[in-house]
Amino acid sequence: MPFIEASDLVKTYTPKGAPVVRALDGLSLQVPQGTVTALLGPNGAGKTTTVKVLTTLISPDSGSAVIDGVDVLADPERVRRMIGASGQYAAVDENLTGFENLEMVGRLYHLGAKRAKQRARELIELFDLVEAQNRVVKGFSGGMRRRIDLAGALVINPPVLFLDEPTTGLDPRSRLALWDVIESLVSGGTTVLLTTQYLEEADRLADSISVIDEGRVIAEGTADELKASVGGQRVALTLVEADETEVVRGILQRYGAGEAVPSNEGKTWVVPVEDGPTALSRIVGEVTAAGIALHDAGMRRPTLDDVFLQLTGHAAEDPGEGGKGAA
Amino acid sequence: MSTVRSSGTAGSTGGLGARGASATLQPEPGTAIGRFLSDGWVATRRNLMKIIRVPDILVFTLLQPIMFVLLFTFVFGAAIDVPGGYTSFLMAGIFAQTVVFGSTYSGSAMAQDLKDGIIDRFRTLPMSGAAVLVGRTNGDLVINGLSMLVMMGTGFIVGWRVESSLGGFLAGVALLLLFAYAFSWLMAFLGMSVRSPEIINNVSFLVLFPLTFISNAFVPTENLPTPLRIFSEWNPVSALVQSARELFGNVPAGTPVGDAWTAQNPILTVLIGIAVLLLVFVPLSIAKFAALGKK
Repeated sequence: MPFIEASDLVKTYTPKGAPVVRALDGLSLQVPQGTVTALLGPNGAGKTTTVKVLTTLISPDSGSAVIDGVDVLADPERVRRMIGASGQYAAVDENLTGFENLEMVGRLYHLGAKRAKQRARELIELFDLVEAQNRVVKGFSGGMRRRIDLAGALVINPPVLFLDEPTTGLDPRSRLALWDVIESLVSGGTTVLLTTQYLEEADRLADSISVIDEGRVIAEGTADELKASVGGQRVALTLVEADETEVVRGILQRYGAGEAVPSNEGKTWVVPVEDGPTALSRIVGEVTAAGIALHDAGMRRPTLDDVFLQLTGHAAEDPGEGGKGAA
Repeated sequence: MSTVRSSGTAGSTGGLGARGASATLQPEPGTAIGRFLSDGWVATRRNLMKIIRVPDILVFTLLQPIMFVLLFTFVFGAAIDVPGGYTSFLMAGIFAQTVVFGSTYSGSAMAQDLKDGIIDRFRTLPMSGAAVLVGRTNGDLVINGLSMLVMMGTGFIVGWRVESSLGGFLAGVALLLLFAYAFSWLMAFLGMSVRSPEIINNVSFLVLFPLTFISNAFVPTENLPTPLRIFSEWNPVSALVQSARELFGNVPAGTPVGDAWTAQNPILTVLIGIAVLLLVFVPLSIAKFAALGKK
């Protein structure tokens, strides 16, 4: 039996003067014990809404959710004693210091004053926030804030962790640092559900990925399976001038394993291929022989955009946007 | 920024990546009421820290009351002639106005905490929802208590004296604070019902300014135009001010009192007001908090 199981979750909102939004449209999900599952999707896909249902923050219109045999909707109190939640929606208190935030969370889990303090000290050390522990969170950098937020989710060392977009909006260095922390965390057997807009993040952290779009799971599998499902490798060309585009398209179609897609006003072309190195050398050879100048040519693995384009027919939104209120 | 410890270091301390060794921490044994009190205290403490850490609140709490006492005493005091002197007349009015405005903080702070996601953090924890509200309204009580202290000190310097007894003085202070506390619950409810903290600030300004000014707080009301005079007599703020004046012994013999029942029985009126506010808005706020995820 899966540790976390959501079945047929439906959640609708009716914004003023706008049609009904189906934030969750029959979403089902299973997370086996001790594994990491990533919910991957663009802003508004329903990732945060799913996590909010599972962390007892909102009730779905219909459907069911069970964590370790406990019905989330019928017994939220018991669920709150076994989960840790971290992410954009469950904030830390900006006017408290890092230490005070963690101690407060410990007190609210009813660990008692002494153990709450002790646990806060442990986590401060673990997350390397010793120097900053007595500064108010308002002055923390983005990376430090995420660490204190994550530490807050770990106060009782819960068997289940929910991480909602743990690294969205962080600079690459802080992101890598946070991935290290999360990785060490999950290697210990905690069951984790994390949401992300980055395929790379899901790839690195998750055992299994559920791609969601418009409130439904549209594909599930490991990162490799998902990438394979959109056609393995691709060849990408950047032209100096976009004037011989039909010639380029013809060459790409001949060696590619699918449709050649132009972007950047016809200067950039991407085509899925089966045998990357062979296809790349042949394509570059023919394009050059046709007298077309190239800025750049190379192989690349499928991106989140490729996965989305393939699965949904539309591109994923710009993942650079934080989208605090995003479902 | 300093770097995060490597997984090796983290693992060796037994906190990260060591589920087998360090199991989930269990709560201390405790009763429901014990936990509620503990949660209420933790939530209150959080709001008290905020008073110290946010300069705006400190200015609002400490400096603005001083400014009001001085402005009204010297500006209006020069023009308004009342039996017993204007300062003596004014102080109960300033007290009432300040604590009523102080209570609006529960509304804007509740709305702000909702917006910031702190409330969502609390709601993922096994804490009592009612304790969040208790902490919020307790915070206002402390803010109002501080404001009262500052105003009493300033009032004393400009010549205000309590001319009743210690009992009367304490009863007056308690009545003002209790009324404001009850009013905080109404504001906390409104704070959960609006979409942004600014709405609370703007609306309370628009409602509370007329409410406190069309009352006996700053001017004698017998010469007001009839509609305003009637409004003022039935205005709960007037009853609060009149109660405080009587309890502080700041009503000289022969001062006219309105005909309305509320003007004749100000203390009883305020006590009824406090009871009604608490009986309606404590359960309503708790229910509203519990229903936050159901909309």
